[in-house]
Amino acid sequence: MRRIISVLLENEPGALSRVVGLFSQRGYNIETLNVAPTEDTTLSRLTVTTIGDDRKIEQITKQLNKLVDVVKLVDLTEGAHIERDLMLIKVRATGAQRAEIKRCTDIFRGQIVDVGPSVYTIMLSGTADKLDSFVEAMGDAAILEVVRSGVAGIARGEKVLRL
Amino acid sequence: MELLSGGEMIARALQDEGVEFIYGYPGGAVLHIYDALFKESSIPHILVRHEQAATHAADGYARATGKPGVVLVTSGPGATNAITGIATAYMDSIPMVVLSGQVQSHLIGEDAFQETDMVGISRPIVKHSFLVQRAEDIPATIKKAFHIATSGRPGPVVVDIPKDLTKPDEKHAYEYPGSVKMRSYNPASRGHSGQTKKAVKLLLGAKRPVIYSGGGVILGNSSELLTELAQMLNYPVTNTLMGLGAYPATDRQFLGMLGMHGFYEANMAMHHADVILAVGARLDDRVTNTVDKFCPSAKIIHIDIDPTSISKTVQADIPIVGPVDAVLKDMMSLINQQREEQPDLPDAVALERWWQQIEQWRAAHGLWTAPRYETGGPIKPQQVIESLYRVTDGEAFVTSDVGQHQMFAAQYYKFDKPRRWINSGGLGTMGFGLPSAMGVKLAFPDSDVACVTGEGSIQMNIQELSTCSQYGIPVKIINLHNGYLGMVKQWQDMQYEGRHSESAYSNSLPDFVKLAEAYGHVGIHIEDRAELDAKMEEAFALKDKLVFVDVMVDPAEHVYPMHVAPNGSMADMWLSKTERT
Repeated sequence: MRRIISVLLENEPGALSRVVGLFSQRGYNIETLNVAPTEDTTLSRLTVTTIGDDRKIEQITKQLNKLVDVVKLVDLTEGAHIERDLMLIKVRATGAQRAEIKRCTDIFRGQIVDVGPSVYTIMLSGTADKLDSFVEAMGDAAILEVVRSGVAGIARGEKVLRL
Repeated sequence: MELLSGGEMIARALQDEGVEFIYGYPGGAVLHIYDALFKESSIPHILVRHEQAATHAADGYARATGKPGVVLVTSGPGATNAITGIATAYMDSIPMVVLSGQVQSHLIGEDAFQETDMVGISRPIVKHSFLVQRAEDIPATIKKAFHIATSGRPGPVVVDIPKDLTKPDEKHAYEYPGSVKMRSYNPASRGHSGQTKKAVKLLLGAKRPVIYSGGGVILGNSSELLTELAQMLNYPVTNTLMGLGAYPATDRQFLGMLGMHGFYEANMAMHHADVILAVGARLDDRVTNTVDKFCPSAKIIHIDIDPTSISKTVQADIPIVGPVDAVLKDMMSLINQQREEQPDLPDAVALERWWQQIEQWRAAHGLWTAPRYETGGPIKPQQVIESLYRVTDGEAFVTSDVGQHQMFAAQYYKFDKPRRWINSGGLGTMGFGLPSAMGVKLAFPDSDVACVTGEGSIQMNIQELSTCSQYGIPVKIINLHNGYLGMVKQWQDMQYEGRHSESAYSNSLPDFVKLAEAYGHVGIHIEDRAELDAKMEEAFALKDKLVFVDVMVDPAEHVYPMHVAPNGSMADMWLSKTERT
């Protein structure tokens, strides 16, 4: 099962490599990984999506917690949560296709953020599923480049992950 | 406040930390530190002959004393040579602080001379590591390193220090912190009381209980508590390879070691138990055999300071995360309470029947109830260990290398006290025995320290005979000499139709007696079984001498019992070359 684990990490050199190393060392999967500093510059917030049965996920969260640089973590998929993935996608857009792509972008509530004589760059955010559907809708032929941030997630309601 | 250079701060911090020995090897990146040690430090430094030996010596010291071992090595090859020893300590949760030199800060990343990414290379085999970035951070970083290495589940911590931070001409205010607080590191200090209650209920209701205790009991200084608990309940106890000595081996309730080469009665009792109390043990593959067949009718209570050890391989029914001593104390007071209310617990009749069953197993195939090897012909390796046990009155510190000799030592030396059996259980590091014995002997100069080894293992760190000469470290090396990599040969005999691929030494081995003499030590050669005890005594009578006892043993001998693998349960064992359970 797919899980989204959100981690507060000391913003120290090498901290990220300990997290990534843990996954490869113990044979866990990383589907996506997103990391950036928080409002408290001594902390980074890291969101990792991974796949495994309950026992494996329990081991992953325990092993992550054991890393000295990990301050706190939560498995967001255990409760209601919001997840967003950001995609920048560059597609070939010529002739009649230009209007078609624009329409499709609107349907997905994306934005065209850069326009060239024969290309569009579209920005789209949403769940990983939604981005996958958009990529499919564009079709292989049109796609020139895809960049995704990986999932960032947060719990719904009053629940917070902080010190 | 005193002003000190980076190098001086390191020397001073180690002193303020109460460090008794530094095991190390100098080199370019640590020369400022070595100069500061020369000028400032009163801590004895042991110059090894290879950095791997420095880590093993510090490790042996830590295992025997319970205090953290300290290692100092230079950058690049000095650091990489230390890696095997760090991994050894990591696998067995041994507290250790490794200070490694690093190239100057401005050269990092430029493939400078003797540069290696020590923090990167050691990352998967350390509890934590630091790359010091400012000289003024040195005291606090060293304090943190010792704190992390020794608290919670212990382990090695690497502190990598760029050379420019240790310069003699740049002084900084020095103050060694009295305590450490880290928001991201707070090991459990007590077990969960609700879980402990449940555990006691299950434990007291047991009809076929086994207490299975591991290295964590020794690391957590809880041997006496464990012994008390077991004896107040009259429950049988088995120890893991890492846990030997946690429960007195000569006590009636001790079933011997369990696992791949564990005692028949211990493995059988585990397999048939209805309740297993696992304490500071991690149910690793050398204990469980096939996990799906592990202890089919048992409920498992698992106490460990490290939550990742619980339900990693085998699902625990009642997990308790906490320090072994605190949890055992809580359990004992709950047991006393419970028994006041219900004095008929545990079920005495069931327990009596369980003990009868165990005694039958013990009588049938127990290693200590009758000789399980032939007593004619060439000397058997088991006999050598029995002789060692007799001659040292069971009181020696015994270190070992890895292989058949290690298993024979674990089976036949009856350890009644914790911290006397020093071996690389998790990583299985050949070459561990001699340097770890050095660390033990330096800490306990008045005790007998024996290194049980084989020709394969001893040659992996035999250069340390020179260190022993320099510092006068009179350990006794007991070499079970069979001309083969014995355990490799055993597997090849059993699983590869006796094809001894690269496991024989032919006639390439040195004359170990002369070799010992070349380093200024004493060598004793034993071939005749009639001479075994007398020559062993002669070796231990030479209190101030390192004695290399080279004993020719039967190369055909195998270690039994041995789990049947793959797909066997704990109860599936080879008992000899021809008998199977």
